[in-house]
Amino acid sequence: MSLDAIDSSRTQRTLTGTAQLLLALHLDGPLFIALCMVGAVGSIVLFSASGSSLDMLEAQLMRFALGLIAMIMLAQVPPRIIRNTAPVAYVIGLIMLLLVMFTGDIAMGAQRWLDLGFVRFQPSELMKLAVPLACAWFLHERPLPPSLTSLLVLALGIGIPTLLIAEQPDLGTSLLVAAGGGMVVLMAGLQFRYILSVIGLLVPVAVVAWHFLLHDYQKQRVLTFLDPQSDPLGSGYHIIQSQIAIGSGGVFGKGYLNGSQAQLEFLPERSTDFIFAVVGEEWGLIGLVTVILLFMFVIGRALYLSATAHDTFSRLASGSLALTFCVYVFVNTGMVTGLLPVVGVPLPFVSYGGTAMVTLMAGFGILMSLCAKRKLVSR
Amino acid sequence: MARSVRIKDHHAESQLFEQRAIVAAVLMVIAMGLVISRLVWLQVVKYDYFADLSQGNRIRIEPIPPNRGLILDRNGLPLATNAPSYQLELTKEQVDDIDATLNGIAEIGLIEKDDIPTIKRDLRGRRSFDAVPIKLQLSEVEVARFAARRHQFPGVEIRPRLTRYYPLAESSVHAIGYVGAISEDDKKRLNMDDYAGTTLTGKNGVEYAYEDQLHGRAGFQQLLVNAQGRSVERIGNEAANLERKEPVAGNDLFLTIDMRVQQAAEEALRGQRASAVAIDPANGDIIAFVSTPAFDPNLFARGLTRPEYLALTEDPNRPMYDRVIRGVYPPGSTVKPMMAMAALEYGVVTPAESVFCRGAYRMPGVSRPWRDWKAGGHGHVDMRKAIATSCDVYFYDIANQMGVDRIHDYLAQFGMGAITGIDIPGEKIGLLPSTAWKKKAFRRKEAQMWFPGDTISIGIGQGYMNATPLQLAHATATIAGRGQRFKPRLVRAVRNVTTGKVTELKPSPLPSPHVDDPAAWDVAIGGMYDVANAPYGTARGATANALYKIAGKSGTAQVFTVAANEKMRKPGELAEHLRDHALFIAFAPADAPRIAVAVVVENAPAGGSGFAAPIARRILDTYLLTPEQLAEQDAKRKPAPPPPPAPRPGETE
Repeated sequence: MSLDAIDSSRTQRTLTGTAQLLLALHLDGPLFIALCMVGAVGSIVLFSASGSSLDMLEAQLMRFALGLIAMIMLAQVPPRIIRNTAPVAYVIGLIMLLLVMFTGDIAMGAQRWLDLGFVRFQPSELMKLAVPLACAWFLHERPLPPSLTSLLVLALGIGIPTLLIAEQPDLGTSLLVAAGGGMVVLMAGLQFRYILSVIGLLVPVAVVAWHFLLHDYQKQRVLTFLDPQSDPLGSGYHIIQSQIAIGSGGVFGKGYLNGSQAQLEFLPERSTDFIFAVVGEEWGLIGLVTVILLFMFVIGRALYLSATAHDTFSRLASGSLALTFCVYVFVNTGMVTGLLPVVGVPLPFVSYGGTAMVTLMAGFGILMSLCAKRKLVSR
Repeated sequence: MARSVRIKDHHAESQLFEQRAIVAAVLMVIAMGLVISRLVWLQVVKYDYFADLSQGNRIRIEPIPPNRGLILDRNGLPLATNAPSYQLELTKEQVDDIDATLNGIAEIGLIEKDDIPTIKRDLRGRRSFDAVPIKLQLSEVEVARFAARRHQFPGVEIRPRLTRYYPLAESSVHAIGYVGAISEDDKKRLNMDDYAGTTLTGKNGVEYAYEDQLHGRAGFQQLLVNAQGRSVERIGNEAANLERKEPVAGNDLFLTIDMRVQQAAEEALRGQRASAVAIDPANGDIIAFVSTPAFDPNLFARGLTRPEYLALTEDPNRPMYDRVIRGVYPPGSTVKPMMAMAALEYGVVTPAESVFCRGAYRMPGVSRPWRDWKAGGHGHVDMRKAIATSCDVYFYDIANQMGVDRIHDYLAQFGMGAITGIDIPGEKIGLLPSTAWKKKAFRRKEAQMWFPGDTISIGIGQGYMNATPLQLAHATATIAGRGQRFKPRLVRAVRNVTTGKVTELKPSPLPSPHVDDPAAWDVAIGGMYDVANAPYGTARGATANALYKIAGKSGTAQVFTVAANEKMRKPGELAEHLRDHALFIAFAPADAPRIAVAVVVENAPAGGSGFAAPIARRILDTYLLTPEQLAEQDAKRKPAPPPPPAPRPGETE
């Protein structure tokens, strides 16, 4: 009995101590824990999806750790500095995008990498953060909802990097960059009549993009999405196989490491963009809903934090980061389940691959800095 | 005005943001709800369907190879067709131990142990669910042997496929070419998307040159297969929605070859190392294309074993070697009509001018004489008679007067020394020498010099000069057409199998040789007419009693040079491989030519007029006479077959 008491009080003290530590580091406890849980689930799934590759698991855990460090460090940066750095980061990112266009290395048929001598770097990843931050910076001293002139400036500021990235070609990332900027504008109180007219504009834009901007393989993806059977040996194969994987998982799944679609390599890109289907096959509907709820908690918590932030810049920037994360999740799960066309968007924290994970964690670090700092100061 | 009203209202903005955040949260829930409802659809409602697909039954996409186009002779006789056969195919994902399986199949004698590394290399490049052929064209015995042990080899199956079949086997193989298994090199050249499921591709001849016409485009079908990889009909209670896209068959090709003539020529050349080509002077169509000995292309479609391959490549008679376009021979006296026209073009002699032939030609300051083939000489000969009697002295003289470079420039206009541009690959250019050529060809300074004596040999088609039988036939057709020249071709028309539409291909004309006076053609043609018809013509024996008039020219190409002071020997006294080559070119009917032919027999038992001319005659007869006329003529000949005129001692015309 006494042992129990000591034990429970020790647990309590440990908990309180952890909470205080998190507070001192400007980290939001629930969000931090949820992110760690997502990372843990992701690693478990990846081990199965990689065909039980310890090397890949280790690499992924290393990246997660690197991301955690980036997050914690960025959470320490005062919001003022983040705000003032935003436009600078944007300009640097834009210059690097242009450099990539002319000098970048070509990997896997796409021009995305910039070799800085010591490290190879994807400027489009920087832009995922820089675009929403710069938009928030641009709006933070202007009266809201934004005027038409401001909207035009923002449209250019978002459109140029989006097009540059789309031309690399990297449709997935350009979509995320556009979403990042767009979310800022939406959260800034863009009137609904504008929203409606933009939707009206999208139709002609889509027509133009189809004829002049999209690469053949991007068009092929859209066509294949509309009719997967039209190209069963090529890109339609992804969609067909991923639906078979998810559907055959049923409610309870086939069990960890037992997904025949995934383990027998029927499912292409099983450890990267299509990893969600592996979850579906091995853990069933229960596993997928759990993962989705976990993601929804992260998004909801981040949105809540941004709503409690005290200045416009922090609200807009963190709101956009939270919603971009939501776009990530929706686009990936939508494409894997056959709701959306196949665009190369990974499932955050679960898909194998480094840069995106670090960028996301950095984003959450910034969000925590913007939203947690104020509380501390006001207290 | 409006601007001054719009000041920042922090409280309102904060509220606005809150509203938007709520809207965003609702939208998020809706979006995620969409995904979850999609998941419920896939995992609950359609669970049985997908579970069957993934566990027991799966959809497999199987390519359907297109039917290869047929190759037909000019009259529609099939030369290359598709025949059903059985092949052994292996599907990687259904085989636990590939090494053990392949070794097991080798033990029952269906594949060679030596071929296993090649098969494994081929398997490595394929997808795990593709059925990869490991042995083509199983015999019935092999099918039975495998069927009895099939349970030992899960993942290996016998499948019926269409394979290439050449019903006439060896006949015209060098023109048609053959197909063989797709190699690594072929993969670089072909669009492999269209070759999914195709095992064979053209390797040579028309099969290679017209691959894009013959192959067609692959289709595909979706198959339901169970866990053992066997095709099944239904998935659970639900009939699956299986797609099928039909392949597009390749186009059929009509060749210019007339099989009646082709086979007559093959029959006439049987047992020799020889070649014969016949061309229609009006359009360049190749009527016959024979290179003997030949080989059976069906072996390649089936896949050769190593001993079979070695037997073909190490045969001293070289059956794989296409003598028509790759064999180069000194044209000998067959070059004389062209040489005569060159002399007229450059004005070194007139047709009527006569030369006295004493049996040898001497150049001032050179002690060595150039002998005529006729020891006593021909006496007075004008140009036409010089061609008809094949007087060497006459041509030594005019060649010497023209000089090699002028000869080169004129004969080049007949297509000598260059590829003719026939529509199959591999043509040799032969050699039409010139001073410039000799400078490039030899490294030593002394050897680079052109000597007048070199030119004299060129006058009778010897020395450095050589040509392919196709070039000779092409030049003959050019003379027959009085300068009208066409690229030789083997394919006349293409038939679209789906629509049945036949597209005739246009002949490709080439520039004519230049003549100052068209009468030059009459002299050359007249000389060739006399070869076959004048009492002193060298080939009168072979052309006697023809139902039409022939114009021709014999030639004998020396393989072994007889020293100037030595008596020429009878051909029979020389070792077989040192005997002279016999050549004959001809066209007929002489006044309105419909066919031009060149025959070259390597190391022939007799000379051009004695041995090659009767073969050319046979080809002309078969083409120009009706089968009844031909039979009648053969019947007449039988009681007293005119023996080929015994070559007089020393004849090398």
